[in-house]
Amino acid sequence: MELLCPAGSLPALKAAINQGADAVYVGLRDETNARHFAGLNFNKDNLQEAVRYVHASKRRIHVAINTFAHPDNWALWQQAVDAAVHAGVDVLILADISLLAYAAEHHPHVEKHLSVQASATNPAAIDFYRQFGIKRVVLPRVLSMPQVRALSRTCDMELEVFAFGSLCIMAEGRCYLSSYMTGESPNTAGACSPATFVRWDEQADGTLESRLNGVMIDRFREDEKAGYPTLCKGRFSVGDELYHVLEEPTSLNTLELLPELYQENIASLKIEGRQRSPAYVEKITRIWRQAIDLVKESPDHYAVREEWNQVVSSLSEGCQTTLGAYHRKWK
Amino acid sequence: MKISLGPILYYWPKEKVEAFYRDVADSSDIDVVYLGETVCPKRSELFLKDYLDIAHQLREAGKQVRLSTMTLLESPGMVRDLVRCIDSGEFMVEANDMGAVFLAQQKGVPFVAGAAINCYNQHTLKYLVNAGMQCWVMPVELSREWLADILSQDVVQDIRSCFDVEVFAFGHMPLAWSARCFTARSENRAKDQCGLCCINYPCGRSVTSQDGHQVFILNGIQTQSGHRYNLINQLQHMHGLVDVVRLSPQVEDTLLWAKRFRNNLNGGQNYCLGEFESNGYWLKLPGMSRMESVSHYES
Repeated sequence: MELLCPAGSLPALKAAINQGADAVYVGLRDETNARHFAGLNFNKDNLQEAVRYVHASKRRIHVAINTFAHPDNWALWQQAVDAAVHAGVDVLILADISLLAYAAEHHPHVEKHLSVQASATNPAAIDFYRQFGIKRVVLPRVLSMPQVRALSRTCDMELEVFAFGSLCIMAEGRCYLSSYMTGESPNTAGACSPATFVRWDEQADGTLESRLNGVMIDRFREDEKAGYPTLCKGRFSVGDELYHVLEEPTSLNTLELLPELYQENIASLKIEGRQRSPAYVEKITRIWRQAIDLVKESPDHYAVREEWNQVVSSLSEGCQTTLGAYHRKWK
Repeated sequence: MKISLGPILYYWPKEKVEAFYRDVADSSDIDVVYLGETVCPKRSELFLKDYLDIAHQLREAGKQVRLSTMTLLESPGMVRDLVRCIDSGEFMVEANDMGAVFLAQQKGVPFVAGAAINCYNQHTLKYLVNAGMQCWVMPVELSREWLADILSQDVVQDIRSCFDVEVFAFGHMPLAWSARCFTARSENRAKDQCGLCCINYPCGRSVTSQDGHQVFILNGIQTQSGHRYNLINQLQHMHGLVDVVRLSPQVEDTLLWAKRFRNNLNGGQNYCLGEFESNGYWLKLPGMSRMESVSHYES
């Protein structure tokens, strides 16, 4: 069971490798990347440096080229695939059929993983993508543990699951909420609730209002901790109730599911967070390295350590964590 | 241009569904009808057999009928239902998941690629055409310009006559699907004890921001646009690009709007959109936006 850690920058990548990540995943500094954030990600030069660093430690590097290519600029995506292969990366993470077909034809020997953005949740969908020679599928964060188990037992395909980090509540790759409000979505622009559309208004009474392209996402009292206005984590009204209608600001944490994921032969545990700091990546990687080593050594005696929980909750959105969809009750 | 009626996205009682389609059968403004449950496998007012009965009646009334499949397929049981739907054989299937595309491709049956299939460029489009796609429903978030870009590419020129282009043009747009049921959550119920409460909300549940704007509509595991999408003023600019315009069944006045669309296919009348309507995506704006003037993007 591999530990796969996020790297939005070289320092984050080095932190992940130094703390024992088996592999890291990165993206390019353009709209081919579903985490296209200002000031982050890799260009051709530092991608090569990243590959050298990772390979010197005998670990692996995955590159996510996981938005959907635009019609008038398809070559940008094609060139991203070629550049990643040229830089010597180990794995391409792809979602768009046109790029999967291109990579299968032109780079048949490079390992390909199906991105979570392709939203493959069932055996028939996974079978569809086999024709492109994919070796692994990254599962959307919508499946329960019994559903993950059923897939793992019936599908002859490596499965990668999200283990920790921000929680996407919608089936990835099929969520247009962000473009509905801002015109930019993960599929088209590699962005969700982009920062350029965020506005904070402080009222005379100390209330802080967050808006996304003019739409009020939340309103915080002076004593409340204000979170980034990701639109699915806003407080809205339904009927007479004001609450987090879609999802609370919280992070996914599967530390307690580790023995089960290990037993079900999950190939890789993915840590979310390419937008996070090197210090965050360092702390999270250290904990997950310890946890995975422990579960491999003795799955029956594994238990979540209190010190892990403390660090994990201090690094989580709203200081809360959840098992998300893995747990039936969450639904 | 043809006018289609998408699948009913909400959970309506069986009698209401049957009455609705009796009216559809009598309407001369609808050419194509999509039938089926695309949102939640628990909804059980109608089963495949019931939809097939309705399909036969509509076909006798001269409509083209297509069966729409579930969008988020999470369990083996849902895939079995999908196989039954494709195997029923008489009607073309609208595939709303790549699993459905795969099964149709394997069985060699033609299909419609629904709006939740991620087809954003000419190469993917061509791939789907080769797999048997005969109609492409463009993802809701794309614009006229994006569509024109795709259709003008060389690789599409040779195959343009092999498929229709369909555009979601009226109704609350499906924007996201989740593991979580938001309607059950809004009633403080667990998803597995939802009591099929969606049936109490024939047009979904309205979500408003703290300053009073309708941002979303909750429809079970589906989140829809708060504004009703309405491209009635854009129809005249669709000719040559779009073959089918889709209206999504609303709880009221669906067929009245179908008539208005029919009468406005060549333009002529400029409708003043309401406060809770939008046309942004088509005009390359945020989906919730509404632009009254239509002349600026004349091609």
